[in-house]
Amino acid sequence: MSFFAKLKNGLTKTKKEFSEKINSVFSAFVKVDEELFEELEEILIMSDVGFETTEYILDELRDKVKKSRIEEPDEIKNVLIDIISEILIQNSENVQLNTKPSVIIVVGVNGVGKTTSIGKIASYYKSLGKNVLLAAADTFRAAAAEQLQIWAERVDCDIVRHNEGADPSAVVFDAISAAKNRGSDLVICDTAGRLHNKKNLMNELEKIVRTVNRELPDADKEILLVLDATTGQNAITQAKLFDESTGLTGLVLTKLDGTAKGGVIIGLANSQKLPVRFVGVGEQIDDLQPFNPEEFAKALFE
Amino acid sequence: MAFDNLTEKLNSVFKKLSGKGKVNESDVKEAMRMVKLALLEADVNFKVVKNFISSATEKAIGVQVLESLTPAQQVIKIVKEELTELMGSEAYKPVISPKSPSVYMLMGLQGAGKTTTCAKIASYFSKQNKNTLLVACDIYRPAAIEQLKVVGSKVGADVFSLGVSDPVKIAVEAVDYARNKDIDIVILDTAGRLHIDEGLMEELQRIRDAVNPTELYLTLDAMTGQDAVNVAKSFDEQIGIDATILTKLDGDARGGAALSIRAVVGKPIVFCGMGEKLDDLDLFYPDRMASRILGMGDVLTLIDKAQEAFDEKQAIELEKKIRSQTFNLNDFLDQFQQMKKMGPMDQLLGMLPGVDNKALKGLNVDDRKMAQTEAIIKSMTMLEREKPSIIDYSRRKRIAAGSGTTLTQVNALLKQFEQMQKMMKQFTNPKQMKKFKGLSSKLGL
Repeated sequence: MSFFAKLKNGLTKTKKEFSEKINSVFSAFVKVDEELFEELEEILIMSDVGFETTEYILDELRDKVKKSRIEEPDEIKNVLIDIISEILIQNSENVQLNTKPSVIIVVGVNGVGKTTSIGKIASYYKSLGKNVLLAAADTFRAAAAEQLQIWAERVDCDIVRHNEGADPSAVVFDAISAAKNRGSDLVICDTAGRLHNKKNLMNELEKIVRTVNRELPDADKEILLVLDATTGQNAITQAKLFDESTGLTGLVLTKLDGTAKGGVIIGLANSQKLPVRFVGVGEQIDDLQPFNPEEFAKALFE
Repeated sequence: MAFDNLTEKLNSVFKKLSGKGKVNESDVKEAMRMVKLALLEADVNFKVVKNFISSATEKAIGVQVLESLTPAQQVIKIVKEELTELMGSEAYKPVISPKSPSVYMLMGLQGAGKTTTCAKIASYFSKQNKNTLLVACDIYRPAAIEQLKVVGSKVGADVFSLGVSDPVKIAVEAVDYARNKDIDIVILDTAGRLHIDEGLMEELQRIRDAVNPTELYLTLDAMTGQDAVNVAKSFDEQIGIDATILTKLDGDARGGAALSIRAVVGKPIVFCGMGEKLDDLDLFYPDRMASRILGMGDVLTLIDKAQEAFDEKQAIELEKKIRSQTFNLNDFLDQFQQMKKMGPMDQLLGMLPGVDNKALKGLNVDDRKMAQTEAIIKSMTMLEREKPSIIDYSRRKRIAAGSGTTLTQVNALLKQFEQMQKMMKQFTNPKQMKKFKGLSSKLGL
């Protein structure tokens, strides 16, 4: 199945709820009035778009409706799609991972699916012909390294791990040395889940990033925040605080196959200006794919 | 910033209200608009917010408020009462089956924190001298069984596992095993699943029908957005839930999902996960949560924790010492150790009323510093602890070397102690106490 088909497939429910609701709103109204906007506000907020972004979208919509003298509720739908697509498309440039080795550090709060995503990201880069090495720097959660080990076996790539409770920076240091010796193309670092408001844990993360920068000052680096798509407005604070301490380059959105909404993406694209790199739409090893904003926006409304 | 948490938001609303002598209808409306915004940013379900606001506004614009002498207090009271009502008024405790073992089935989406919570519940029951069997029914996620074994051994609970085999069979055999071994509590750790995954939801039904658990718990991440309601509804309709466990409440996304689920599904919250340690699990007290949301501090939880940690006899003795002004460094050390039992400092401070969460953000209470303080006092002789005044320069140098600290740190501690003694003198002076009484009556709402 192509990525597009898969994404559409994974999003069937999202798409259905989202656009069916929007469609029903449009067909229920014969003219464009305040009541229609109120209905739209409700739909957007219920999709986790967030209050601020919803206001922004609706202001834009009102503006365009006025300027173009749109009177048919049906036409409004297309304008709405345009506005949302524009927000999503604005951050789509990509980081190149060309140096040997290059590094991806994966961070996020607990339970968003970091380890699983890493397994899938490793599989993706391996399919591009890259030699991948995993660093099990989640030394805190019980059996996290075992879980990553199983993924390494599935994907068939190298892994560097220490014992539970070891210093995560030391794991990363060893992984980078191993990558240099073995000539790996890409090191992907797993890190322990941590809530962004825990200062000490965020300091630990900064130390990991420092270690990478010191050992590989000229390497291409990507620091990815994994976000659970069922997360509400807290996703924005998460992105903000993780960005402050690690300098994020992109986002991975997981569990998009489960939630009926996808709105958090729109809110995030609007407020954090961080590009979404990958989307998780299922449990299989190839159910994580690069994010294409245009396709995503289209898939939502088709 | 628009995404400050609910407490901060409501605080700013009520600060505005408190600043005025009287509150009129438009003030109430303005306040309620802010409350609405705050609730939405806290991910409370849109429909729940709408209902909440209209019913709170209706009550607030009543004669009572407008004619009351302290309208701000009335509005706070109404919003708080509404919140409490929404969340249920009493704490919910796990139902214990009259015939052992009591079986609890944990279920939820992936990554909600089920496995960790299983161990935390075992730790909760072990404090009541009940032994627990954890059952590894998650056969899908790599290393999930391993994880349960590790956390189980950390809390001293047995773990039952049959490796990768039918979860229904695992559950049935585990309950039999517990019955034969006289184990009080059985906790089933099921795999994370989507509420729309028919196959896996059916698996839960089969486990439920086979072992007939005492209670079914939905584990939910406190950060969940608007979808929380759909998830809870689906699990309730397909499996049936008795209560919800809210995890990761130590993050800054508290509130939203708790309110929505209570309002829409009508099921209570039984536990909340408050931290990374395996005993960071609290019962959920709706009224306290409402207080906390309103920035009134979770005083009751604090009192509970204090009661758990403090020995009453010691407290009486301490009071005597303070009154007779014989409080010395040994007592100081005692206090320190008791505080440590109550949990991390920043958690405790967050529960105090009047402690602004914003201020706490920058403040990072370092538990290691507390350990240093302990080391310094422990490096003193008994005589030094009783009579700190004899600690001269050469004694200080010895203490610093003995505790692995610096002279400056020893000096700082001694100074701090001196100030504390001074403060205690003021407390025991009746004239000074009057001032404090005036202050506390001002604070009472």
